[in-house]
Amino acid sequence: MADPEIKSYEPHHESQSAAVTESRPVRIVAMAVAFAFLAIFLLMPLIVVFHEALAKGIGAYSEALASSDTRSAIRLTLLVAAISVPLNLVFGISAAWAIAKFEFKGKAFLTTLIDLPFSVSPVISGLVYVLLFGAQGVLGAWLKAHGVVILFAVPGIVLATVFVTFPFVARELIPLMQEQGNGDEEAALSLGANGWQTFWYVTLPNIKWGLLYGVLLCNARAMGEFGAVSVVSGHIRGLTNTMPLHVEILYNEYNAVGAFAVASLLAGLALVTLVLKTLLEMRYGAEIAATRGH
Amino acid sequence: MEVRVANVRKEFERFPALHDVSLDIKSGELIALLGPSGSGKTTLLRLIAGLERPTKGTIFFGDEDASQKSIQDRNVGFVFQHYALFRHMTVADNIGFGLKVRHGAARPPAQEIRRRASELLDLVQLSGLEKRYPAQLSGGQRQRVALARAMAIEPKVLLLDEPFGALDAQVRRELRRWLREIHDRTGHTTVFVTHDQEEALELADRVVVMSQGRIEQVGSADEIYDTPNSPFVYSFIGESSCLPVKVESGEVWIADRSIGLSAPHAASGDALLYFRPHDVELLDGCSGCIAGTVAASRRVAGTRRVELEIGGERQRVEVELPVDHPAAQKSRVAFRPRRWKLFPASEPGKAS
Amino acid sequence: MTTAPAPAGWRFKQPSVIPGFGLTLGFSLAYLTLIILIPLSGLVWRSAALGWTDFWAIAADRRTINALEISFGTAFIAAGVNVVFGTIVAWVLVRYRFPGRRIVDAMVDLPFALPTAVAGIALTTLYAPNGWIGKLLMPLGIKVAYTPLGIVIALVFIGLPFVVRTVQPIMEELDKEVEEAAATLGANRFQIITRILFPGLAPAIITGFSLAFARGVGEYGSVIFIAGNLPFKSEIAPLLIVIRLEEYNYPAATAIAAIMLALSFLMLLVVNLAQSWSRKRYG
Repeated sequence: MADPEIKSYEPHHESQSAAVTESRPVRIVAMAVAFAFLAIFLLMPLIVVFHEALAKGIGAYSEALASSDTRSAIRLTLLVAAISVPLNLVFGISAAWAIAKFEFKGKAFLTTLIDLPFSVSPVISGLVYVLLFGAQGVLGAWLKAHGVVILFAVPGIVLATVFVTFPFVARELIPLMQEQGNGDEEAALSLGANGWQTFWYVTLPNIKWGLLYGVLLCNARAMGEFGAVSVVSGHIRGLTNTMPLHVEILYNEYNAVGAFAVASLLAGLALVTLVLKTLLEMRYGAEIAATRGH
Repeated sequence: MEVRVANVRKEFERFPALHDVSLDIKSGELIALLGPSGSGKTTLLRLIAGLERPTKGTIFFGDEDASQKSIQDRNVGFVFQHYALFRHMTVADNIGFGLKVRHGAARPPAQEIRRRASELLDLVQLSGLEKRYPAQLSGGQRQRVALARAMAIEPKVLLLDEPFGALDAQVRRELRRWLREIHDRTGHTTVFVTHDQEEALELADRVVVMSQGRIEQVGSADEIYDTPNSPFVYSFIGESSCLPVKVESGEVWIADRSIGLSAPHAASGDALLYFRPHDVELLDGCSGCIAGTVAASRRVAGTRRVELEIGGERQRVEVELPVDHPAAQKSRVAFRPRRWKLFPASEPGKAS
Repeated sequence: MTTAPAPAGWRFKQPSVIPGFGLTLGFSLAYLTLIILIPLSGLVWRSAALGWTDFWAIAADRRTINALEISFGTAFIAAGVNVVFGTIVAWVLVRYRFPGRRIVDAMVDLPFALPTAVAGIALTTLYAPNGWIGKLLMPLGIKVAYTPLGIVIALVFIGLPFVVRTVQPIMEELDKEVEEAAATLGANRFQIITRILFPGLAPAIITGFSLAFARGVGEYGSVIFIAGNLPFKSEIAPLLIVIRLEEYNYPAATAIAAIMLALSFLMLLVVNLAQSWSRKRYG
């Protein structure tokens, strides 16, 4: 590293000489461009959601939210998240343990496989389950004969949601656990702890903030997923409609207030997610893996 | 090119990093800025380069006020501690960069730039590596490329920030000798920063010892080592021992005994006596000398270091003895410093 | 857990005192197999079963080709827009200090957090002829909603964080000394940016581009509302898959999906190769 004397004295960016920053007019233009871009593309869509939801007053808003279809959509969304997030949590910890703590052949391939849902269109993520479980699907006839309903029902929605959200926890934990190394676990084992004790008392406290961060992102995506769920749900009102799907239905029925009212709940969820995420990054930045985003 | 630093002060967010520093650097001189971390040596170097602007004061290149010039126009060659080579450029492109970014008539033709780059590579003994990327070079090679790049713009002054800090000991010594050779051949006015006194004393024409944002002493290696002018320089450069003493009627005393050193010009009162552990005269008896009990003794290469407890207050000082000296634990050793200096005791914090 | 291999005796793993390898790897593999491998192999098997002539007939269909062109074309343009503005946004966030920087920084992740359907209806409302922005563009003769331009807008929204979040950490790591070195050698700020900083950021920018592009190609929720979905004009490939599914035309849906997957992987492969080449060269 640099001589500590430079480091501790180094002035912050704003007071630096012309050598390493732009002239003031250039800085102002760059900031104006960035802010305008963000305002148009990020801020205005967010504002419009709440504006449209309340366009006909708070009464119409709460009425829209109180409808039984909306309420069942909220229930279904919560149910789907309540199933798929814990599943992916367990998978994420398990995969991260195997990948971060051990050296084995095919590890790179496994890591790539975990990233796969990020590079597959959500529609295709839904499609693969239709091809598998649909009436013309590989298992379709067998399922029908045994009376098992997966497609156009809750199990299908859960499966599709699990597919699109399973990388989140694993991706957050793998780099974090790799960086932390095996030292703590080896110490615990040498002191006589068994595998589970080591995990509970040593590993888990080390990764808890990273884990929470991954769960947060996983949950946001699980509640908001549209494409994959849309393909497998069958859009049955009150039965297989999640909140995002319900938004689409209401919107297509020209029920703008209704659509935006439900959308405002989802936007609220997004904002809460962002706030929590930012708080986690600010307070526990070092304890969260370096890979951000997605 | 002469460089004159006149009453320069530098504050970072109101924290003073340099207090009114003045320094004259002669043309063609090789100067070391030596000091511990936080002494302001790197800040001074960056001020000369124009990477920082002084809060107060002026820096002259010759008779010209350089502080008004932007860094681009100052024409200094700066070699960074971590080389700061451009990773995506070949060695030749790195060296030629300073010429390539010139405008209009000032920019030499491409062929001339290439010729100059390979000439400089010859000078830094890296001929034939034009096409390599920095990632393909060793640390020592990168440092040479960084130097060649800085020299390519024919700088008025060459500035090096801890040039050998990131290298291992062997390469360090080699490059040190080599830098001196290059300097003697090209005659650039050169200033380098180091915290390694050996490097400074061996390499530089003059050494500037800095501490806490101030220049403590400027002088040749001999002057700095033999006649340090402050307790800081005494203890920072080489090894030193220090004893609290009293000065009375031109004599130096420890408790109630005169130790046989006369200091006719020193002010009476408490003082600190500094001397080099190896620069002492061993005595048999003791009248007019310093005597102490051996508290610890260790063998250091060709000599023996003993720690002596002196007087009732058991002050500890280090003294160097010949290996065959019969000093044993608890035995008494008497000595008198050959070369020594007194500093007033009332300068807390300065002598560490 | 049925597939859990015994930890001992497996040569493909380096010895380790840490327990749980068999359990965790076994569970992970079983989970991946159930959730990903079996369904995806179903897709592969289905498209292979199609036969070359059938496959070609679907692929060469005018509507399919148009949909693919629109998906890849709009995604490409949107990723390009994001490269320009995303890089500026990242630069402003990394290098400049201003009040509310943390909030702006957090905002960048909004497209990750906001459900795509919500983004879709919000953007449509904004850019519709009577929307806040659409109203302003109308007199200029620019129609956004229900045109390919609308698709680009939606994909810019979706792709922005991919570029910013890929470029930002690399910008933070940029060595100030390198810029200072260039300045001492006489380079002005413009030269430093174009000759030193940009080449250093290029790999990250390319990665950000390809991530935004890949995401844009597959994007569905935010696009279908604003696109207008006119066949041959503003119909994206994922939507065509859905349409074919709703027509119970599984072979066509499968074939389009297979083509999309193949093209996306091909592109990611090229980008990865380019990256590893540049890593090898510049270290």
